[in-house]
Amino acid sequence: MNDTSSEQTEGAPLTSMKVDVSAVLGDKTKTGGETLSSCIDIEDLNLFYSKDKQALIDINLTIPKQRVTAFIGPSGCGKSSLLRCFNRMNDLVDDCVIEGLVSLDGIDIYQKSIDVADLRRRVGMVFQKPNPFPKSIYENVAYGLRIQGINSKRILDDAVEKSLMAAALWDEVKDRLNDSALGMSGGQQQRLVIARTIAVEPEVLLLDEPASALDPISTLKIEELINELKTDYTIVIVTHNMQQAARVSDFTAFMYMGNMVEFDSTNSIFTNPRQKQTEDYITGRYG
Amino acid sequence: MKKPQNTNSEFSAWMRRGTPWVWLNAGAVAICIVMVVGLLILLTVRGMSHFWPRDVLQANYAPPTSTGELLTTQLIGEFVESEMVVAGQIASSGIPIDETQDFYERQLLKLGNRDLTGADFTWALSDFVKDVEYPLEVVAMERREWGNFYGFLEAIHQDGVPIAFSGEALDIEANRWFEFNRRLDRALNIRDDIYVIENEEIGLINYAMERLRLRERRLQLDGEESPETTTEIAARRQELNAEYGVLQRKLIALYETVNRDSAIFLAANEQEIEIVFADIVRAYKPNQMGPFSKLLTYFSKLGEFMTAEPREANTEGGIFPAIFGTVMMVMLMSVFVTPFGVVAAVYLREYARQGFVTRAIRIAVNNLAGVPSIVYGVFGLGFFIYIIGAEIDQVFYPEALPAPTFGTPGLLWASLTLALLTVPVVIVATEEGLARIPRSVREGSLALGATKFETLWRVVLPMASPAMMTGLILAVARAAGEVAPLMLVGVVKLAPSLPLDGNYPYLHLEQKFMHLGFHIYDVGFQSPNIEAARPLVFATALLLVIVIASLNLTAVALRNHLREKYKALDV
Repeated sequence: MNDTSSEQTEGAPLTSMKVDVSAVLGDKTKTGGETLSSCIDIEDLNLFYSKDKQALIDINLTIPKQRVTAFIGPSGCGKSSLLRCFNRMNDLVDDCVIEGLVSLDGIDIYQKSIDVADLRRRVGMVFQKPNPFPKSIYENVAYGLRIQGINSKRILDDAVEKSLMAAALWDEVKDRLNDSALGMSGGQQQRLVIARTIAVEPEVLLLDEPASALDPISTLKIEELINELKTDYTIVIVTHNMQQAARVSDFTAFMYMGNMVEFDSTNSIFTNPRQKQTEDYITGRYG
Repeated sequence: MKKPQNTNSEFSAWMRRGTPWVWLNAGAVAICIVMVVGLLILLTVRGMSHFWPRDVLQANYAPPTSTGELLTTQLIGEFVESEMVVAGQIASSGIPIDETQDFYERQLLKLGNRDLTGADFTWALSDFVKDVEYPLEVVAMERREWGNFYGFLEAIHQDGVPIAFSGEALDIEANRWFEFNRRLDRALNIRDDIYVIENEEIGLINYAMERLRLRERRLQLDGEESPETTTEIAARRQELNAEYGVLQRKLIALYETVNRDSAIFLAANEQEIEIVFADIVRAYKPNQMGPFSKLLTYFSKLGEFMTAEPREANTEGGIFPAIFGTVMMVMLMSVFVTPFGVVAAVYLREYARQGFVTRAIRIAVNNLAGVPSIVYGVFGLGFFIYIIGAEIDQVFYPEALPAPTFGTPGLLWASLTLALLTVPVVIVATEEGLARIPRSVREGSLALGATKFETLWRVVLPMASPAMMTGLILAVARAAGEVAPLMLVGVVKLAPSLPLDGNYPYLHLEQKFMHLGFHIYDVGFQSPNIEAARPLVFATALLLVIVIASLNLTAVALRNHLREKYKALDV
């Protein structure tokens, strides 16, 4: 792996790419009449799972606020590892070493004084497989709030209803809030998990292949949901599915073997990629 | 040439299909079932048949004697069992029999009347038992002392004066029996009153007296005696003494009334005996009873067995204190072992750094489960009782010394010893349960801003609770069957009172208690009357099985409920 990375660095300046968001999306910012501010900044990020297993190599990236950013790339390229750096989920992995800077709203999230639990509340995450708790639908959504010590029934009722509505699930479950969440379909469970995540009002939503375990109709629902949520949240989505990235995201990052190959507006990536590797992947020549 | 080949291929196809393997598996299961069912049937038949009121036979027995003269004795009693014996064995015991016949049948008869004959049971050679009949009027009786009695009711005395009955002979017989039962009921009622006074009311006063004495001693030890406390204690003591005097007089009066009536019986061989009604527990005429009334008597005896206290060195009466002690001890053990084992497992699995030390500890814990239980008993005695118990006595109960309070075997130490014995089981089961919780659920909780502790407490532990219950079920199954360590740390042959009663502090953890397992051992091996005790061994064993099964079923039901609630995710 080290060999390949050094080869790539020699061959072309593919890694260490700092992207100026406003420059990339110059036309969009103009037409929208708004300026994009950055939400998460990543500088020179390296991640090692063990001494000789480097998963991320010199990643530099800026994720814009209140936009949908998609990470695409072949399996094992480090998309999920990168995503899990944003809410420090990699802390749970033994012997995982992270070098470099990841900052949320300008604050380094890996500094000692950061309260990880609070960080994770601000940066919500939805996983590949739906993982509801073996509790009622209501308790699943209320879980994050109860953790924060909120036990007032009125506040919880409001939050549950609001979150389930936002996750487009309210009409389907409003009559059976006290049923077990495990009795729902996979698509419903995944939307429940999203509702559970937005109930704690995070700033960023990390979606790790949220639709890969779902059927096409559920996938469509999740994508519609992402479109609705992006007005309020900064969303980062990891996906295998390039059509999905093209459909839901404003920006797309293509990763390959731990390197950030190209990051640009989704339009540019899919219509006019600057790197050959990106083009090859998108046109299906490998990956 | 072709045919054997064909069979061969058929055989190999049969082998390849795995049919013999299936048969082997099914056979193993069948053997298991047969053994378990056989065990239960044996215990039930041998234990439960003991309570059936059997017909009483009357016969003449005239075995050959060495002098040649014919000594005929009358036998009245119940037939228990018969067996074949080698002739030589009988001859060598001094009975000159015809040794050309190889085997003789002999039968075990329960003759009762230990006060008259010295033994409850006798073996009689069937060939010499003659004139067997089942007289309708014969009475079988259970007594508070001297075991069963078989004989005929002759007369009823009140204050030593016989009561006269008139009429036809049959009527007289019926009236006398009716009168007998009426007076027996009266005696039993008075007996109940006496029991209440002796065991409950006087017990209460004794308990209060003892507490008063300890309080006085405590004040002396602390140097806090004052004239006020002394007079107060003296006054209270006087009060209690007065109460005691009242009860005592009441008791004497009751004893006088209960001893008013007596009955004259004619036992085997024309022996006359007077029996006071107060000594009778139950009397019936088995040869007159139909199946229904026999069934009633059966259940009454069975009920007594399960709810009453033992009599006559545990060979008669009930085993309620043993049932109670077993259940109590297992419950206390569960209360100690569950939190302890769960907390240890959580640390080992969730917090401790997985490495050499954790692995070593895990191996040590697993091996702890293999230590012989008697070793735990020795440890309990040496550590809990002699060190901790003695220390507790020094610090908290100096007033009772030199009599130990906790420095002696008791319920608390027995429960703790068994908790120690079973804690590896709970740890292992809980750890496995924790390991099975999918990572995704933990991550889901952490991603919502929960700390590790909150995740454990709100999601992981509830989901692992069925596994904890599994551990508890295994622990209960092991603990309820243990006897050896208990003999060292708190079980006794006969406990004077239950560890749970109406006296403050209600649960007496320092008291010794009875246990079904030990009861089996005691009745089976330490009994002075082995023939009378044998059926009780089976009955008690059956009861022990039932008690353990019901404790386990309760836990299993609880676990299934939890499982349903925290159904594992299909992740």
